[in-house]
Amino acid sequence: MATYYSEEHEWLTVEGDTATLGITKHAAEQLGEVVFVEQQDVGEEFEKDGEIGVIESVKAASEIYAPVDGEILEVNAALADNPGALNEDPEGEAWIYKIKITDTAQLEDLMDEAAYKAFIG
Amino acid sequence: MTDTLRRTPLHALHVELGGKLVDFAGWEMPVQYPLGIMGEHKQCREKAALFDVSHMGQVILRGENVGEKLEALCPQAFATLPEGKARYGFFTNADGGIMDDLIVSNAGDHFFVVVNAALRDQDIPHMRAHLDGVEVTEIFDRALVAVQGPKAEDVVGALCPAARDLKFMETTVAPIDGVECRISRLGYTGEDGYEISIPEDKAIEITRALLAHEDCEPAGLGARDSLRLEAGLCLYGNDIDQSTSPIEANLAWAIQKRRKEEGGFPGAERIQRELAEGPARKLVGIKPDGRAPARQGVEVQDLQGNTIGQITSGGFGPTVGGPVAMGYVAAGHTEPGEQVNLIIRSKAQPARIVALPFVKQNYKR
Repeated sequence: MATYYSEEHEWLTVEGDTATLGITKHAAEQLGEVVFVEQQDVGEEFEKDGEIGVIESVKAASEIYAPVDGEILEVNAALADNPGALNEDPEGEAWIYKIKITDTAQLEDLMDEAAYKAFIG
Repeated sequence: MTDTLRRTPLHALHVELGGKLVDFAGWEMPVQYPLGIMGEHKQCREKAALFDVSHMGQVILRGENVGEKLEALCPQAFATLPEGKARYGFFTNADGGIMDDLIVSNAGDHFFVVVNAALRDQDIPHMRAHLDGVEVTEIFDRALVAVQGPKAEDVVGALCPAARDLKFMETTVAPIDGVECRISRLGYTGEDGYEISIPEDKAIEITRALLAHEDCEPAGLGARDSLRLEAGLCLYGNDIDQSTSPIEANLAWAIQKRRKEEGGFPGAERIQRELAEGPARKLVGIKPDGRAPARQGVEVQDLQGNTIGQITSGGFGPTVGGPVAMGYVAAGHTEPGEQVNLIIRSKAQPARIVALPFVKQNYKR
């Protein structure tokens, strides 16, 4: 199991060809208090850099971009009733999707934790 | 952050208090403090919040019959504004649109006017050009601080007992900590409260003293926006502008009877016509049924899919506990209860027209 990070501030914890996806603590802090999450449905397929959801904070709407090609296997439905969880535990309880990764070779384009920490400064 | 942004006399205090500073109309202003927009909003509704509004333009008008002369620029009855009273108003243009909204106070030997930060450079030349024989002085050496909320009277009254005696829309000069300040009982949050004009060299000291009260916390522009939206108050640039008439914007209440009847202000023809016949579109409250916020620019459709209007302000209302919005809709669709659709990210989201405000205003009359 390894965790990867994207420049769009998503994290991806990978096991084989499936992964859990969410936004980083840094992203959650930048967004401010989250009031709504728009998620896609199970079974939807997506391409790397495509929009796979929207997070609305008290300040603004921000898109979630797919870090790899894949398909949605599971949606964290708890976020609909408690979007504020994204501020409390964005890298744990408040994961957004479980996905199937089409091509695990795409993970090579992502960052590890050390590189992400350097990226956000 | 570029060094060309202007700073208020309270800038150093914002930094010290952990304010997150952003560019607002060319001013470096706190959008929030560590408490966060939601917490600051609730603080204002439940206790008291302090906002730096020094970026707004404070102007002194001196001369003969200032109130009467202002009536040539605004549809308000300023000639009969009693001493010690403040009144909400607006400059209108020849087409009956709104150039800016403002607060005018009769301070006895002068008039005190507060205009929007972004429009200082429009409004002040406008007054200089049209107010014959009136000396128009823009004040650069005073801070303006708003203390808002049900505990505002306790917070301000503890330092300035005279503040307790003011009623809504009354203004006076009284000492705070030995310094003469202009204290007006008004604001833009829907709550009771004050705006206090303070000489800049004492601004931080007096602000600290106000914040020392256990019920008072600093709040930024983020909370100010959600508070005024829930209170159904228009934001210039969003809900009102040069193209919107006061009648469309539901501001007929701010035009006094004599002015409605007599006219004699820029754009009177359109404004009197819309008063008589009703406007073609009107600003209404719009409450999404779901949880997705509908923000400025979102299209409003009727249930048949026809475009009937647009959201001008929208977001999450912390006191309401859900999304709230205001926008213009065509006549015939303005009745509270009417169902509409909001087109958010290409999807129709159900919503309803509602009466404003979303949260009951809590003024001390």
